[in-house]
Amino acid sequence: MRGVAIVGVGHAKFGRRTDATLGELAWEAVKEALDDARLDQKDIQYFVVGNAGGWSAEPLPAVVIGEYCGLTPKGAMRVEAACASGSAALYNAYLAVASGMADIAMAIGVEKMYESPTPTVVEFIGRAGNYFWEFENFGLTFPGYYALYMTAYMNRFGATEEDFCKVAVKNHYYGSMNPKAQFYGLRITVDQCLKSRYVAWPIKLYDSSPITDGAAAVILASEELARKITDTPVWIRSIGVATGTANLSKRPDFIGLDAAYQAAEQAFRRVGIEHRDTWKYFDVADVHDCFTIAEVMAYEDLGFTERGTGIQLIREGQTYKGGLIPVNLDGGLKAKGHPIGATGVSMAVEMTKQLRQSVEPRDRQADVYVGWALSHNVGGTGHYAYITLYSLDKDGSPKVKPKR
Amino acid sequence: MGMSLEAKYEEFWRQAIKQLNDVVKATGLPIAPDEKGQYSLWYDVRELRLRFSISVERIKRFFEGLREGKIYATRCRRCGRYYFPPQADCPYCRVSDMDWVEISGEGELLTYTVINTKPLTFSHYPDYVVAIARMREGFNVLAWLRVDDPRKARVGMKVKLQVVKREPEGYLTYEFVPIE
Repeated sequence: MRGVAIVGVGHAKFGRRTDATLGELAWEAVKEALDDARLDQKDIQYFVVGNAGGWSAEPLPAVVIGEYCGLTPKGAMRVEAACASGSAALYNAYLAVASGMADIAMAIGVEKMYESPTPTVVEFIGRAGNYFWEFENFGLTFPGYYALYMTAYMNRFGATEEDFCKVAVKNHYYGSMNPKAQFYGLRITVDQCLKSRYVAWPIKLYDSSPITDGAAAVILASEELARKITDTPVWIRSIGVATGTANLSKRPDFIGLDAAYQAAEQAFRRVGIEHRDTWKYFDVADVHDCFTIAEVMAYEDLGFTERGTGIQLIREGQTYKGGLIPVNLDGGLKAKGHPIGATGVSMAVEMTKQLRQSVEPRDRQADVYVGWALSHNVGGTGHYAYITLYSLDKDGSPKVKPKR
Repeated sequence: MGMSLEAKYEEFWRQAIKQLNDVVKATGLPIAPDEKGQYSLWYDVRELRLRFSISVERIKRFFEGLREGKIYATRCRRCGRYYFPPQADCPYCRVSDMDWVEISGEGELLTYTVINTKPLTFSHYPDYVVAIARMREGFNVLAWLRVDDPRKARVGMKVKLQVVKREPEGYLTYEFVPIE
């Protein structure tokens, strides 16, 4: 396997994008990525599209996007890993370049959720698990699945709804500064969050990520080409991949996502670090906060802190810029929006910009000491997990951040 | 009790299609502003209805059990592993040699939620409690918990799994009832 670097990134504005088709929306991200890398479509040898679909009209999104963006006749596929479809696209493009099957490949994530009425979208996402045994008879919803975790977590570790609202407040704070975010310019308070209506007790509307249209794209190049294309390649150093059971009833407990834990274990092992106190190796992280409980479990599954103490990081504000480890400085799924298939690619775009230190405004640019970043992308309710580690160094293990 | 689900659903689509026809008649195109009145949308003139037919051939015994008021799991004759939901095959032993065993139904609640914003196809039920309980046999079951007030649910409560008729559809399924 050879080294693979991100050499170009693009990101469409997230939100209710009824002004654009699937192809037009993807093009906004693809064009920006091509411009960023100063490459042409003819340089892209292979592309992968992350798209969950169902609620949108095109059943073959990869070829629709290929044609619209001028990537035809290059080889492609559409991949699905629920809300981690974007990371699945990144993983597939990474494998193509690492293996030598392609020298330059593109991962595109795109989702058009507003092509269907909200009830249809709610119905589709509720079916994401085991349709026959858990939806058909019991009518779970996506917030409902995560609510099962939140109830168990609160009961076991004494966390409160107010604690969880602090995740939403933090992510809206950063999202309010991100012009590409769905809730750009919109901050919230703990009180507003606590007063929002329950969608699946104990999860409230403000604990939840919104329905979003969006697209993001990254261009990957082999180690031979990366440095010729850019002065600031961001190396994909490790990707851990795992799955969880389709039926939630098949899981032993509801205080963490085993798939995320397993994927993290693999990712860390490959770069030679232990799965504990991992906050000290990374300058910044994006984690999958589809609901506030998910961000707290992510801290623990990733080993930033021990099981049951993730809520303490939130209470102490340790995941703001300047804390132990800044998390979701782009607003996270919660405030940036969660266009299912685009989210994983969007995380890769953000981690690249963070490591390049090119984030504007500077209030949401993390301080970069060691040049390592992490993204944590979960599909469904811990059904799929992808943990990706990025570095400014092509070789070597992560160093410990200096004490502040 | 308002309109039945089917009627509500049909009414929703009937209204949408009527509006669409009016727009086409007036303008010659199915184009109208989005919900926010901001951008132009083409409102699909082709409808796709989805209702799946799913095989239960190899786990028929489970559904026969419901008719007898019993809830069955399968258990691998080789390794003794329980399967709930019932499976026809044990992938670990690579055999399909399964026993059908009636489950005790006794369990303890691990977690629960109240579904306040319901899927459209569940919108005719009052808010329901979905719970997961650990059964005496060691496996978990997910089902509704029957309580008059969701605030009475709590983690650790003892429950019993029962066969019930889901109304208004009138089909057999199972749910938890508190036993204390």
